[in-house]
Amino acid sequence: MSQSQTARGALLWHIGIWALFALVIAVLPYIFTSSSSISMMSQMGVFIIFALSYNMLLGEAGMLSFGHAVYFGLGGFFTLHAIRAVNDGVWSFPLELMPLVGGAGGLAFGIIFGSISTRRAGVTFAMITLGIGSMVESSANMFTDFFGGESGISGNRVTDVTLFGFSYGPSVEVYYLIGAWTVIAAVAMYLLTKTPLGRISNAVRDNPERAQFVGYNTTIARFIQFSLSGFFAGIAGGLFAIMFEIMTAPNVGLVQSGAVLLMTFIGGVGVFFGPIIGAVLVTYMHTALSGFSEGWILYFGLLFVFMVMYAPGGIAGVLCVHAAPWRAGHLWRLLPGYLLALVPALLAIAGLVAVVEMGYQLSLAYDPSSPIDLFYMEVNATSLLSWLVALLVLAVGIAGVLGAARVVRARWAEVNRSMQASGAKT
Amino acid sequence: MSDALRLAGVHKRFGETPIIRGVDLAVAPGERHAIIGPNGAGKSTLFNLISGRYTPSEGEIALHGKRISGLAPHQINRRGLSRSFQITNLFQNMTVFENLRCSLLWAHGYKYSFWHLVGRQAALNEAAEQWLERLGLTARRDVLASLLTYAEQRTLEIGTTIAGGADVILLDEPTAGMGLAERDHTMAMISEVTRDKTLLMVEHDMGVVFELADRISVLVYGQIIASDTPEAIRANAAVQEAYLGEAH
Ligand SMILES: Nc1ncnc2c1ncn2[C@@H]1O[C@H](COP(=O)(O)OP(=O)(O)OP(=O)(O)O)[C@@H](O)[C@H]1O
Ligand SMILES: [Mg+2]
Repeated sequence: MSQSQTARGALLWHIGIWALFALVIAVLPYIFTSSSSISMMSQMGVFIIFALSYNMLLGEAGMLSFGHAVYFGLGGFFTLHAIRAVNDGVWSFPLELMPLVGGAGGLAFGIIFGSISTRRAGVTFAMITLGIGSMVESSANMFTDFFGGESGISGNRVTDVTLFGFSYGPSVEVYYLIGAWTVIAAVAMYLLTKTPLGRISNAVRDNPERAQFVGYNTTIARFIQFSLSGFFAGIAGGLFAIMFEIMTAPNVGLVQSGAVLLMTFIGGVGVFFGPIIGAVLVTYMHTALSGFSEGWILYFGLLFVFMVMYAPGGIAGVLCVHAAPWRAGHLWRLLPGYLLALVPALLAIAGLVAVVEMGYQLSLAYDPSSPIDLFYMEVNATSLLSWLVALLVLAVGIAGVLGAARVVRARWAEVNRSMQASGAKT
Repeated sequence: MSDALRLAGVHKRFGETPIIRGVDLAVAPGERHAIIGPNGAGKSTLFNLISGRYTPSEGEIALHGKRISGLAPHQINRRGLSRSFQITNLFQNMTVFENLRCSLLWAHGYKYSFWHLVGRQAALNEAAEQWLERLGLTARRDVLASLLTYAEQRTLEIGTTIAGGADVILLDEPTAGMGLAERDHTMAMISEVTRDKTLLMVEHDMGVVFELADRISVLVYGQIIASDTPEAIRANAAVQEAYLGEAH
């Protein structure tokens, strides 16, 4: 009796969380109304699906792929060709369901390439995906009918064949189409983790040998998981194609594959919602930073290196570490240390940004001595004094962070001790 | 009636080094058979050969009269043979309950299904809960396998091996490293959960072996030097000299 009651409680809790997710997506355009925000949030939806599909490999099944954009990009190309066919009057298929064309393309190529790559695990698998990724990217130059050569393939998403009577011309209508697919795809991928295939993927990730000795062929488990992941990547690619109405060769390429790896990792591979955080954050960083700094890739790279070294569980991992103290009511005891670290951390970041921006100014600007705007100040990159100040701020910031880290660690030790003492469950 | 397990002329070499040097062994259905022998004799290697982790260099292994040598571990498992490991080999990042449920999935016919939700499969979950109870791990249901005590991990190792419903069970030193009380408890549990099954077990503790086994084989340097009832083994002069003498 109580068992089924807790089961019903868990079910309600899950439905509630996903309803909230859908609600947030539905409400956002009323808060952030500018067309640039709508466009950024649409991209976030696309990359949430893409990153979640990537985590079906990396997080769920322990497969490190360097070529996941193949399925994303091909899905996009297939979708765009399908949209063009509808516009040419040779096919009729509602735009709302067009991402399924991308999904089918991703699935088909997931099956084809997966049947090769998933025969091996670990480093060999990673190498094969890298090879397939560069092969597909370079073949874009050969099959120009499909990939459109240098200029890519473009189309017009307004097809007049729709289910719900929207034209999908206005970007906010596309936003809601993407939002609906984001909810559907995220829920589907979440449920997949709860199926026998999902459980066995985890088993194969943790201990492939033991998985064999409980009756499972690890190659087949990886293969099916890989193919399904290609399906969802293809859906993301289809939405990308609908949004931008153009697909080019780099969309299937290694840079795009690297980007989804980075966003998934930064968000956190160990928890289902991790890649959602990563997709949102990285898309935001991309949009916000690339606007005013040429160095955004550098900042992004530094963030990634920092995460790999100090928070390999990603942002979601950092959040989860705090779940136990939160439940035990000890979270507030950690706060002073964090606040203490915050000030020097901001200083260090400011110093770093100043150094990077001045470096770019020196090497890239037409006139290096022209002043640059930094933190509401005019800074001259050719003056020795600006460099000394920037480096000093950076050094003080780092020293401060190191000092504060000691306080944070001591606080954590205290909290752990009192949690153990109060017999908080392991 | 065919033997549950039969090994004929099995050899295993790693490179040039012969480790298993011609083993013949027959285990009858329902028999409890112990394998004893000094360290490095090749007992674990023999288990690895039977369970498909390694393939024999020579010879043949048959399960219920059908050849299994050369098959992959998962194929052998599906034919009804399951093994535990001398060094605990669990799904460390899963809870105790999920470890057991994973080992039940294939046996319950779910294969690679992505259209069932495991949480809603009443029979599957009930079976996993029952195994928790039989193993005495109910209180540790939601603890990660990596956080269990050593004895609990060994217990789960055995449970994971047997839960899938195989009728031929291979246990590699199931009680190694346990204290006396834990060992007695574990042996009682093993003898309960393997009732009506064929059991092949490596064990160092002579008390345990002589109490549980119907028959004992002594493996020394890759060869079985004697295979008989516990009483006969105890009386066997060659065994005394080769093994029991130095062990005691
Ligand atoms: N994969 C391998 N490659 C090379 N040599 C191996 C391999 N596996 C086992 N051996 C060697 O085979 C011999 C027998 O090892 P095995 O583990 O089967 O012994 P054992 O009887 O189980 O010993 P123990 O009582 O210590 O568990 C050892 O000398 C070991 O080094
Ligand atoms: Mg051994």
